[in-house]
Amino acid sequence: MAIETLIWFVPAPPLLAFFLILLFTNRNKALSHTIAVGAALLSFTGSMIVFWQALCVEELGKYPFESSINWLPVAKGWLAVGVLIDPLSATTLFFVGWTVLMIFIYSVGYNNYGQPAGDHDKPGLQPHGATAADEYGHTHHVPSIEPMYSRFFAFIGLFAFGMYLLVVSNNLLTVFVGWEIMGLCSYLLIGFWYAKPSARAAAIKAFITTRVGDVFMLLGIVYLYSATGTLNFRTIFSEEILRRLVETPAGFLGLSTAGLISILLFIGTVGKSAQWPLHVWLPDAMEGPTPVSAMIHAAAMVSAGVYAALRMFPLLNAEWQGHGLTPAMTVIAFIGAFTALFAAVIAVAQNDIKRVLAYSTISQLGYMIAAVGIGAYVAAAFHLVMHAFFKALLFLGSGSVIHGVEHGVLHTGEHDVDPQNMFNMGGLKDKMPVTFWTFLIGGFALSGFPLITAGFWSKDEILADAFGHGHLAVFSTLALAALLTAFYTMRQITLTFLGKPRTESAKHAQETTWTMTLPLVVLAVFSVVAGWSGIPKHFPLLGMFSSNWFHEFVGGTLLERPETVEFSFIPLLTSLVVALGGLFLGWLVYRNVPAGAEDPLKRPLGMLYTWMHNKFYFDQLYDFLFVRPVIWFAEVFTFLWMDRGLIDGILHAIAHFTGVLGSFFRQGIDAPIINGFGDLVGDSTKKAGQSLRVIQTGQVQQYMIAALIFVFGTLIFFLYSLP
Amino acid sequence: MTPDMILFLVIALVTLAAGFMVVTTPNIVHAALWLILNLFAVAVLYVMLNAGFFAMVQVVVYIGAIAILFIFAIMLTRHAMRDSGPRFNTDWPMAAILGVALLAALIWILSRWQSFMTLPPMLTSDTDILRQLGQALVSPNAFFIPFEIASVLLVAAMIGAIYVAWGKSGGKK
Amino acid sequence: MIPLSWYLILAAALFCLGLFGVLARKNAVAILMGIELMLNAVIINLIAFWRYLKPDQVNALVFALIVFAVSAAEVAVGLALVISIYRRRGTVAADEIDLMKW
Repeated sequence: MAIETLIWFVPAPPLLAFFLILLFTNRNKALSHTIAVGAALLSFTGSMIVFWQALCVEELGKYPFESSINWLPVAKGWLAVGVLIDPLSATTLFFVGWTVLMIFIYSVGYNNYGQPAGDHDKPGLQPHGATAADEYGHTHHVPSIEPMYSRFFAFIGLFAFGMYLLVVSNNLLTVFVGWEIMGLCSYLLIGFWYAKPSARAAAIKAFITTRVGDVFMLLGIVYLYSATGTLNFRTIFSEEILRRLVETPAGFLGLSTAGLISILLFIGTVGKSAQWPLHVWLPDAMEGPTPVSAMIHAAAMVSAGVYAALRMFPLLNAEWQGHGLTPAMTVIAFIGAFTALFAAVIAVAQNDIKRVLAYSTISQLGYMIAAVGIGAYVAAAFHLVMHAFFKALLFLGSGSVIHGVEHGVLHTGEHDVDPQNMFNMGGLKDKMPVTFWTFLIGGFALSGFPLITAGFWSKDEILADAFGHGHLAVFSTLALAALLTAFYTMRQITLTFLGKPRTESAKHAQETTWTMTLPLVVLAVFSVVAGWSGIPKHFPLLGMFSSNWFHEFVGGTLLERPETVEFSFIPLLTSLVVALGGLFLGWLVYRNVPAGAEDPLKRPLGMLYTWMHNKFYFDQLYDFLFVRPVIWFAEVFTFLWMDRGLIDGILHAIAHFTGVLGSFFRQGIDAPIINGFGDLVGDSTKKAGQSLRVIQTGQVQQYMIAALIFVFGTLIFFLYSLP
Repeated sequence: MTPDMILFLVIALVTLAAGFMVVTTPNIVHAALWLILNLFAVAVLYVMLNAGFFAMVQVVVYIGAIAILFIFAIMLTRHAMRDSGPRFNTDWPMAAILGVALLAALIWILSRWQSFMTLPPMLTSDTDILRQLGQALVSPNAFFIPFEIASVLLVAAMIGAIYVAWGKSGGKK
Repeated sequence: MIPLSWYLILAAALFCLGLFGVLARKNAVAILMGIELMLNAVIINLIAFWRYLKPDQVNALVFALIVFAVSAAEVAVGLALVISIYRRRGTVAADEIDLMKW
């Protein structure tokens, strides 16, 4: 079939899997995961075919694969929806396909397929372990299978559908549809263990915070549609429409229409990619199962935010002349850079293994957003793809670590040991070797370890772009953030894997099954190799062998291919220093932390450490500013005053009035007049009868006398009426 | 004042006096006896009207049967009550007024009739009125049917009277 | 020659006497006697009219004869009823036989 038709079918299998699992195969665990993984495999195959075909086209940016149908009749003409594969979406399809498939396979092992059902496991709670007897009759506590197994696969199927839909869309409407589907799935999956109050709260927090961003994004979409009459990307990014948007002023803060729309659309990205100030949902989203965290925070959802920003890039830099940033881009760059540093600082003081990764994601997304803000299109896209691979790897690795430590907890029976706290781990490198090596590769990639990791190439490119175009504030912020990134990553690796085990559970940890370690290995390979596709030409030594394929391919998405930045040693040296220095410092500080000890940084940093550990109290601030007033409004104003007082008051008054009216009608009119009239007729007849009955004496002679009197009367009457 | 006028007045006086005594005497047996006198006087009136046959019928049927029946009834219904108590009921003034009024009305109406004062025509003797009466009663194109019906009526009355007056709780016949 | 009017006035007076007896007497048998007087007055009327107006026809005589028969039948039934009432109620006073009252 034609490639354009195949693109339509790429998002379909996971959606089909969702419906099938939900409607039919809910009880059969094996069938459910087969359908889900099979669907992911199908979409993966479709994505690879599309990507391969896309590679073969010369100028894909000018001649993308496109197909659309007329869907909604509007006043003049139609609103068309369809698919578009240009270089950006082809690349995104590539990494989304791989990471989604790896996460699906990983989920089979993570949900403990093949294990017995738990002792007191209920749907809605995390599995707590089962008692199993081995052949010698010794009872062991082993991990138990997730009670809501099929439901998990159904939801991540829907999630995958949302992401694929967003990636292949050619118009903002279906992008928004995919966006919102992922928002729904994030709610469903973060709150997967719905019996836990903290999970429920986290799910609501995620949904509402991203919703705030989505509202502004919708405003931007509507504004764009009313200004241009179309939502199709190719049509919007044509010369004349862009020029028109740039030239009409929006009437708000002196922005042009393009600028205002850009800022509104960007606020959607701020929500979805958890940038400051809407970052509060992402750390709490760690309440969900680890594959969910990997999916949301690496492969799919947060990437969708950056993907949307990259999509709208021509609109964002429509006014850009090459030097000096437009107002929209300034906002974007500021938020990106600030978030990168802010999140990195917080990550240094977190003890939960997944929280560290969460803040790390926020920080890395800040990098990408900052790159978009300073106009480094290719660098941002490059970092997006690389980050997806190594962040997914790190999350899945952390899930593996947690599983291993949980095994130890069940084995030793220490129930008050939190398997996610890094200060309860240590020395896992010997117990869980595959996890250790893959996690190490991922961590190095995140820190930007030189040359062999993908993260180095992408981060270096962003720093080079920032320095080369003269945005020194952004450059120094990002460099500082890179230092902290390397520091906390090494802190994490040292506390978790190196040294001696700090608890009994860590001593008895075990490597996890192949369904969990295989994806780790695959993603580790990508984390090393993928970076080599984007080595700049100017790079000393290696640059000569590189054609910088990534830059050529992805850069072709824009109308004018962006130039590569001039090579300079300063950003390269800076990134080497911060990466290696940060890694070394991290190892140095944390290598000898004994069991039960507190964080070595706590004493030196003092008050600052407390602030960092408590995430700079943003949650409490939002609670005070937004949540409490809304709750007051709902409980007191709307419920007590308006609903009970005013509306119920009106209803009671009407009821009372009706009662009065009714009783008036009854007592005043019905009873005396109508009943009275009826009674009067009856009574008067009775009285008349009673008074007349006396003539019935029963004496015949009296009757005859009466008759004769009447006869006489008649006789006289006739006699006198005769002429 | 011819002799038949005087005779008529005497007989009329007797009739009316006897009739008056029938309706006013307290003793019921006396009333029955006064009734018999009344009936006799009426029989004489029939003779004066050249209807001798009817005089005989009057005496035989009325006096001989009906009056006797009255006396039987009086005897059978007397035992505790010996004509004590008032003979009239409470409305008798009204009844008297009515009677007088009726009389006056009748006389007044009759007086306006043009044949009120006619005199009796002469009877021709070749008409045998009695034979004619007998033939009329049994000839089919005369008054045969009323005659037979009257007989049936008498039979029915007889049966009914026997049944009603039979025993304590009605007749078993 | 006696005018017709004398007979008619006599019959009327007798009729009114009988009427008075029917309406005013207490004893039921006496009421029946009053009815007899009234019937007699009727027959007198009939015979008088026959003699004075159509003495050659027998219609009136047949009528009078039927009246005789009817009155005899009526007296018989009436007295039987009075006897039956006397047996049930022990009284023949007309104003005490008032079961059909209110």
